[in-house]
Amino acid sequence: MTATHDAPASHAAHGHDHHDPNLAHHFDTPAQQFESGKFGIWTFLLTEILFFSGLFCAYVVYRYLHPEIFTYGAQFLDVKWGAINTIVLICSSLTAAWAVRNAQLNQQGWLKINLALTILCAFAFMGIKAVEYNHKIHEGLLPGKLYVHEAEREARHAQEHGGAAKHETAATAVTSEAAADAHATEARLPEPENAATFFGIYFCMTGLHAFHVLVGIAVFFWVLLRAMKGHFGPSNFAAVDYSALYWHLVDLIWIYLFPLLYLIH
Amino acid sequence: MGHDSHEHADDGQVHAHVMPKSVLVGVWLLLVVMTGLTVFSAQFHLGFLDMWVAMGIATLKAVAVLLFFMHLLYDKPFHTFMVAATMVFVFLFFGLSLLDTNAQQGQIENYKILNPKN
Repeated sequence: MTATHDAPASHAAHGHDHHDPNLAHHFDTPAQQFESGKFGIWTFLLTEILFFSGLFCAYVVYRYLHPEIFTYGAQFLDVKWGAINTIVLICSSLTAAWAVRNAQLNQQGWLKINLALTILCAFAFMGIKAVEYNHKIHEGLLPGKLYVHEAEREARHAQEHGGAAKHETAATAVTSEAAADAHATEARLPEPENAATFFGIYFCMTGLHAFHVLVGIAVFFWVLLRAMKGHFGPSNFAAVDYSALYWHLVDLIWIYLFPLLYLIH
Repeated sequence: MGHDSHEHADDGQVHAHVMPKSVLVGVWLLLVVMTGLTVFSAQFHLGFLDMWVAMGIATLKAVAVLLFFMHLLYDKPFHTFMVAATMVFVFLFFGLSLLDTNAQQGQIENYKILNPKN
């Protein structure tokens, strides 16, 4: 046990420079340090997968038992925004992977640009998510007791669009084309019992994912700050590499969330 | 100690694989095309196949991200083994949970009969 504390002696024996500022004293070589970190980040990422799998399991079990809740709820998600956010995350994964390459090849300028682009994409993702969440909160498409039932939602719509409501009540038999269109895009399926459960699952899954995006923004800001100080290069790119690995996992989870939540019919 | 330090490279320096630009852009293009494809395929009602097509495309995308963006293809095989082992446990988790769901349905039906809503 005490032998491991004899670092300077063993380093000297191996002919290594133990003054390397990037090498922590408890590692023998930069390679050993890098591989240990890599093993650590992969272990963390895999616990993240197991952690998310709890929510995916809730989804699988609930959809198996009550598919009608999912087909109903998914009607209120906008495929356009979901698809755009998927592309945004894919682009940010590309810039994150490219940043690792830049650090490895000592391309300091491009490293900073790619890190900044990754952060920019993360903010774009959160912005789109905010638009979507805002719409759902406004409509009352929320989990549990916060959920507003369809009848009440339509009454609210009628109140908000006073003129349109009058028109509808006056001509219930001969519904105008516009009203029919609105209904066709709004909700074609009858509201099932416990429809709120879909929004519970939706907000838990996308919310936990969005939290990971926020953490990613913080991590990449830190990496960008260090890149601006010139900390990274061919012999020291571990922080960029591990952060990028985390970011790819966030992308991976969204790759599954998008079809599971948005593309149901 | 000795075995570990001589397993990789003898000089003790980091020898990581640098991903070529063509691979980075190629994988990105594949991911974008696959996203388009999954949105496009969702327009068709394929019945029970819907889920399998969507999950198949998502898994293809996930494998591309893992192998290239996350460097698994060029990494220690042990990391790939860890990912595979994790997925085995995820599917065990899903499978065993699904096996159990039907076992509870009788109790739920009983509860509904005993506690009618309004």
